Amino acid sequence: MDNVNALLGGFAAVITPMNLLIALLGVTVGTAVGVLPGIGPAMTVALLLPVTYGLPVEQSLILFGGIFYGGMYGGSTTSILLNTPGESASVVTALEGNKMAKAGRAAQALATSAIGSFVAGTIATAAIVFVMPQVVDFAITLGSPEFLAIILVAFVGTAAILGSSRVRGFAALLVGLALGLVGTDFVTGQQRLTFGSPFLADNIDVVVVAVGIFAVGEALWVAAHLRRKAATVIPVGRPWMSKEDWGRSWKPWLRGTALGFPFGAIPAGGAEIPTFLSYLTERKLTKHPEEFGKGAIEGVAGPEAANNASAAGTMVPLLALGLPTNATAAIIIAAFMSYGIEPGPLLLTKEPDLVWMLVASLFIGNFFLLVLNLPLAPTWAKLLRIPRPYLYAGILFFASMGAYAVNAQPFDLFLLLALGGLGFAMRRFGLPVLPLIVGTILGPLFERHMRRSLQTTGGDISGLVGGPVAWVCYAFVLAVLLWPLVARLIGRGRGGSDDDTPGDDSPPSPGVEYDRVATWEGVGS
Amino acid sequence: MTVLVGYVPNALGEATLRAGVEESRRRSEPLVVLNMSRDDVLVDARRAPADDLERVDRDVRELGVDVEVVQVEEGGDAAEALVEAATTHHASVLVIGLRHRSAVGKLILGSVAQRVLLGAPCPVLAVKAQS
Repeated sequence: MDNVNALLGGFAAVITPMNLLIALLGVTVGTAVGVLPGIGPAMTVALLLPVTYGLPVEQSLILFGGIFYGGMYGGSTTSILLNTPGESASVVTALEGNKMAKAGRAAQALATSAIGSFVAGTIATAAIVFVMPQVVDFAITLGSPEFLAIILVAFVGTAAILGSSRVRGFAALLVGLALGLVGTDFVTGQQRLTFGSPFLADNIDVVVVAVGIFAVGEALWVAAHLRRKAATVIPVGRPWMSKEDWGRSWKPWLRGTALGFPFGAIPAGGAEIPTFLSYLTERKLTKHPEEFGKGAIEGVAGPEAANNASAAGTMVPLLALGLPTNATAAIIIAAFMSYGIEPGPLLLTKEPDLVWMLVASLFIGNFFLLVLNLPLAPTWAKLLRIPRPYLYAGILFFASMGAYAVNAQPFDLFLLLALGGLGFAMRRFGLPVLPLIVGTILGPLFERHMRRSLQTTGGDISGLVGGPVAWVCYAFVLAVLLWPLVARLIGRGRGGSDDDTPGDDSPPSPGVEYDRVATWEGVGS
Repeated sequence: MTVLVGYVPNALGEATLRAGVEESRRRSEPLVVLNMSRDDVLVDARRAPADDLERVDRDVRELGVDVEVVQVEEGGDAAEALVEAATTHHASVLVIGLRHRSAVGKLILGSVAQRVLLGAPCPVLAVKAQS
């Protein structure tokens, strides 16, 4: 009951006109960037991070939480009306959603996705209240060796499980770790990778890395692909649902929530896997199998609930362990750090008011989102008419301003440009962006835990593998790393080729433009 | 020689089309209907969907006027596209739609109509939507 009381305290703190306004602003901006393909909540939070230095920490976190949740709502609108997912988490929604819209049921598709998102978001946010303190209680007992192992799981998970290619994932991770290494060694005071530059001696600011990779990189990438046919949005009135639609939607909503929340909470879970699983589940369980592929409402309701629930799930490791499981969470971690708050298991003990206020603001933001999205979905689609040059000029402006604002050093602008070039090259060669940003943020933390573990045992290597938690983590890492090898051996043993391994069946998606989605994969959510 | 019409899928476009049909009958020249959408936006309200262009083609033919429907996708500037099409299709007259612009609109956006008027190689007929 303590949790509920603390949450009520959070509500009391959050309900001030200024905080509510910030929450409203956050969800509005979040929905807008969710609607626009290529611009995701991660990029937006990175761009706004330097701008919000003037705000109190509570308000900037309320803003970021709102943007994160809003992005999950906005993505579905474009999926349904345009067959172009606004976010990678909404790719699956386009499968049935766009078919529904073409069959004249766009209003119902938008309604089930908005209401489903609300239901899932509310249930999953409530789940945070009960799960997060348990995780914290457990995490406080962990020492450096265990944390070392958990961070390693996050590294291997983001690099190897997400994305299509392990080699590319690990390459991106190593670039990120190298970026995190630049600066002065905190134990010996040695200069590392600074090339004698006094500007680099003070570490590269994570904000500059995030803005460079997400905003400048994406802007350059879009500029290189500026010319593209315009499309026509399917006209739609006010979203609404009939009694039958409600009857067919509520079970997928709950199942989607149950799938999304845990996937959001584990490192490397993300929103893409649970949305796809939810789609498969609904296709299997539906009473109207003949409608799947032609616009079944279950195929919209389930995945949309799953992606919002996973967004809430992300908050659990973020607040309890200081571990980001997706790009937006990674940048929220950077935001904590820039305010001098150390994210980790002690966060809830040290800053209980802040944490509970953030959770309470998520409930309120979720309600705002329902109000904003249900009647206004067709209006949001009008954002797609903004010419790209205007949009990306604005992004580059904010990016440069933000990077300069961090330290007021012109050097950071050159660094921004170089990192933007790196971000462009990564998109060009299909390297995922998430492992890089996770590596940059968690790399120094990883090093600190490793140093601490080794110091306690006086440099003996056995200090790295203390405790059962670490054992489980290392076993998981080994399993992930060795799996392709084992799978190939088993495949050879059976005499079959490994082309038809189960589990890599890609979504059946005749209409969805995957080539366009692929370039945003690392940017969304 | 032809009569060239700049077509957008709305009431103004209908009015333009009607004027174009009249002009094409008067001059007994075939009609060319041009629709353009920009390449730097995801969604362009001025892009006519395929079924709309088919309808235009059918309706105009029913009125006994010879018509060619041209769609420019991945276009840039509407004024340039119209002027260019007027040259390539040897237009004897170019029919365009005019609409009111708000004060802010005047500040931000240049007038396509003005640039067509100044750039066109032939006389231009400007039409307003019926109120």
